[in-house]
Amino acid sequence: MTGVSMTIILSILMPLLGIFGNIFLRQHKNLRDTFTFLVSVLTFSGVFLVFLLTGGVQQEELSILTVLPNLDIAFKVEPIGLLFALVASGLWMLTHLYGVGYMRGTNEDRQSQFFAFFCVAIFAVMGICFAANMFTLFIFYEILTLSTYPLVAHKGDTKSVSGARVYLGMLLGTSIVFLLTALIWTYVLVGHLDFMPGGILNGKIEYGLLPLLLGLYAFGIGKAALMPLHRWLPAAMVAPTPVSALLHAVAVVKAGVFTILKVGVYIFGLDFLAASGASQWLIWLAAISIILASIFALMQDNLKKRLAYSTVSQLSYITLAMALATPMAAVGGGMHIAMHAFGKIALFMCAGAIYVATKKTEISDMSGLGKSMPITFTIFAIASFSIIGLPPFGGSWSKFLLFVGAIEAEYFVIIVVLMISSLLNVAYLLPIVARGFFINSADDKKENSIKEAPLLCWVPAAIAAVACILLFFYAGLLRDFLLPIVDSSL
Amino acid sequence: MAIEQVNHVALTLEEQLPIWLIVIPFVAAPLILLFGNKGLAWVFSFLATAFSLAISVILVLTLKDGGVISYHIGGWAPPIGIEYRIDATNALILMLISLIATVALLYAYRSVMSEINPKHHTLFYASYMLCFTGLMGIVITGDAFNIFVFLEISSLATYILVAMGAYKDKRALTAAYDYLILGTIGATFFVIGIGFLYMATGTLNLVDLADRISDQGLNRTIRAGFGFIVIGLGLKIAIMPLHLWLPRAYTFAPSVVTVFLSATATKASIYVLLRFLFSIYHPTFAFGENIILIIFMPLAIASMFLASIVAIFQTNLKRMLAYSSIGQIGYLLLGASLMNQLGLTATLVHMFNHGITKALLFMGAGVFALKVGKVSYENIAGLGKIMPFTAAAVVIGCLSLIGIPGTAGFISKWILVQGALANGWWHIALLIVLSSLLSVIYVWRLIEIIYVVPTKKVGTITEAPIFMLAPMWILAFACLFFGVFTDFILDPAQTAAQNLLSLPISGIENTLGDGS
Amino acid sequence: MTWEFILGHMNYWLFIILMLIGLYIVIAKGNLLKKIVGLNIFQVSVFMMYISIGKVIGGTAPILPYDNTGHVKYGLDVIYSNPLPHVLILTAIVVGVATTSLGLALIVRIREEYGTIEEDEILDAETLIAEKENEESEAWLA
Repeated sequence: MTGVSMTIILSILMPLLGIFGNIFLRQHKNLRDTFTFLVSVLTFSGVFLVFLLTGGVQQEELSILTVLPNLDIAFKVEPIGLLFALVASGLWMLTHLYGVGYMRGTNEDRQSQFFAFFCVAIFAVMGICFAANMFTLFIFYEILTLSTYPLVAHKGDTKSVSGARVYLGMLLGTSIVFLLTALIWTYVLVGHLDFMPGGILNGKIEYGLLPLLLGLYAFGIGKAALMPLHRWLPAAMVAPTPVSALLHAVAVVKAGVFTILKVGVYIFGLDFLAASGASQWLIWLAAISIILASIFALMQDNLKKRLAYSTVSQLSYITLAMALATPMAAVGGGMHIAMHAFGKIALFMCAGAIYVATKKTEISDMSGLGKSMPITFTIFAIASFSIIGLPPFGGSWSKFLLFVGAIEAEYFVIIVVLMISSLLNVAYLLPIVARGFFINSADDKKENSIKEAPLLCWVPAAIAAVACILLFFYAGLLRDFLLPIVDSSL
Repeated sequence: MAIEQVNHVALTLEEQLPIWLIVIPFVAAPLILLFGNKGLAWVFSFLATAFSLAISVILVLTLKDGGVISYHIGGWAPPIGIEYRIDATNALILMLISLIATVALLYAYRSVMSEINPKHHTLFYASYMLCFTGLMGIVITGDAFNIFVFLEISSLATYILVAMGAYKDKRALTAAYDYLILGTIGATFFVIGIGFLYMATGTLNLVDLADRISDQGLNRTIRAGFGFIVIGLGLKIAIMPLHLWLPRAYTFAPSVVTVFLSATATKASIYVLLRFLFSIYHPTFAFGENIILIIFMPLAIASMFLASIVAIFQTNLKRMLAYSSIGQIGYLLLGASLMNQLGLTATLVHMFNHGITKALLFMGAGVFALKVGKVSYENIAGLGKIMPFTAAAVVIGCLSLIGIPGTAGFISKWILVQGALANGWWHIALLIVLSSLLSVIYVWRLIEIIYVVPTKKVGTITEAPIFMLAPMWILAFACLFFGVFTDFILDPAQTAAQNLLSLPISGIENTLGDGS
Repeated sequence: MTWEFILGHMNYWLFIILMLIGLYIVIAKGNLLKKIVGLNIFQVSVFMMYISIGKVIGGTAPILPYDNTGHVKYGLDVIYSNPLPHVLILTAIVVGVATTSLGLALIVRIREEYGTIEEDEILDAETLIAEKENEESEAWLA
């Protein structure tokens, strides 16, 4: 086994080490949480090592074992996957610190169980990132669904259980009914499910059936929250905020759109998609999803719910990118995985910090909080600008590439859609900041007793926010890193 | 692919193994009664089943790439004499039955102590051995009437085993009685069918029947015989609408009996049905007339959906699992009715996978019964936290039942959908995944109740005893193992499917050797 | 459907009639004991069918002829009836007897537990038990 292969396997398996730490060090809080943090650092180091060794260039496939004819459990390095792995493992470090702060701050019980399932979820994400074929990806995709269920249902009260039921029901339902069918259909057509540059379906399927297959994939990948199968995202808000941060910025939703990108680029092939026009309906559906979700976001008063609908909208950007099926769009979609991750995670961490400090969840209650919690609200502002897509914040670059992609595909309407979406983003994000800083709260006495959130809660958020700014300047590196997926000569 | 004949002159000890497979458990039964000691009874039974397991594994390894082993009882050559005929199909089922029997016996050690009248323990083990012999005999024999004999041996033992549940719940008696009536009607229909076949062809040997039917072509007698055989076996297999005995028999029987029966009894009868459908009637009948499509496929799909829907609304764990079994039997029939290599492979693989999954789940139900009495949902709520190892094994079984990738159930589902799509029947594929969704609902209800709902039980419930936990984890490990390392089951299943689909061979002249 | 046809296939007609009578009794009668009786009639009809098809026209009992000293006389040209169905039916009769005795034993036990062997009364008793169980479940689910 080559060094790269070994590092890949280590990075995937490392989070499982965290499970043992959480089981055996159950009683010793500090030891347990430090151990898990070390595991997360090691995981990130492993992925970073893979990056240094390969530079994102595709390597030989590492096949572990053959399950069914031509269907292996196999891993391979690949640019989008490596990017996602870096983002996910890096943000795990942040989320873990934040999670420790939050869980201790709210005195949540059964913390060991919580962090143990977190580790399993990250293990599943690592498997998804490095999967060399759709079969392996599907296995880890399902593991991710199952391992995040206990996280969503963690609180154990009736609301959590029913929310978790919707979460699991929609994700398992879509993956079993649509995605599995799509997978087996592809397997019957092609004979294997390996990811290949340029796609594997070219010439194997008639143009008429292609939109149907694409639909099965698009709706089957429920984690991408394509409307109308997006209900699970707001329903999963019953989870503790570190879970929302993880789900909505790092793991679950990103796994969804990542899978959509992989399917578009490596199963269908961008050129084949563009030539057949099979994804036209998806372009419109994604565009509608972007606008509609933003409108829903506007209507929410609960901060986490508003952020949830915002996520639905942002995810549809990436689905749109895949549907546009042009090189710049695909690169933009991949870049957006990173940009949105940092921005959203900062937003969710702020929401959680506000809850820890003040127990408030509704936006209308948050008037004047900016004065007592200036750091939190500043971070919120920075992250909002990145999501909206203003320079000098990272989100502007991914949006710009999407514009270019839309022009390449000659869908000028999409540019209008993207602009309207940005305006809507402003409408549902900035008022929160404005209300915090500029509107006085009705209750002056309470205000004075509120202090800034605990350190472990705002420091990770701050790091994420700084990353948003930094990514603006290093976006070129990201673009060059991702370019090989569309230009196989590189 | 022509089936190569493996000629055995059965003189050495090794070649006598097929008959040992039947004789050892068969003799163990009266020995157990003779010695009368409960502990010894368990030891004898376990040794007998373990020995059978070892032999069946050897058989699978020998036959997984093709070939036939033929053993002539008493040295009389077929088609006049009775022969035991083993190829990849039987070997796989034999291995399943003996594996479940062995693991269930490990489990039985503690389970029997709590659920069966202490005066009847030796009788229990004797009946268990008889049932085991009967099931193995059904699968191993190559003579049609011999199938009936073993079918009845196993069925009678089954009625006794089910009725033993009366120690805990008197409804086991009426369940056993209903099962007796329906089962006997089924077996008698089967024997009527055999009678018609005998009338038309003059032989009872399966291979010879295949030859003579293909020579004669179809006539009314043979068709009538087919009808009777299908209905008779249908009662034993519990296809809808002939399934009415199954839920009550599984619910009220002692846990270890349900563990054993749910994994093996219906599978042996399905094997017989496959033999008759494909090896004997094919190709003149089964495909030419599309009977399978008109009758079996709708019934199979009805089973899958209706049984799963009923399972969703149950409030008793064993009853829910019983209806789930009926649904899964629908999958098995659907695979057979696809009539292609992949479909039959799926059926055979799923027989094995469902066997280990259902046995595991019923073992879990038995552990819960041990600790809280009745396994209604309100009694077992919240047990996941008190009995983590048991519950974890049950979760693995549940995931395998749904068909989550990484478990054995996923493999059989994949091959089944692949089989449907290979025929171009996308609507069948869609129905399969939709019914899979239904099973997610009732399984997840169970998982929620075990883990998420807070328990009302206080006090001294502890983890399951090791004798019950170990077999559960053996099966749980098997579920996971056969979900990734599929070769051991997939190879014999593919060979078996090929055998079943290929033309019947007139192999009587080639199987030399006698068993003297 | 000539008269000759009907008379010539008399055994089949009897088999069918007996089989259906037996099945009808099993289904229609509510007394558990009578069901066993019906089952027996059903099984007897099958036995009759098997044996009747073994008879060869002009055939005698399938026993090799022997002279006064007890030695078998081989080589004689005799037509025998088919012995195989007889053997099969012996087996089936044994199975039938075992089934009947098991059924009767079950009926004895059912009588002990339920106090009755009428199907509808037993059904009532079981419905009561099931209803009680359902009450507990409903209460908990609510």
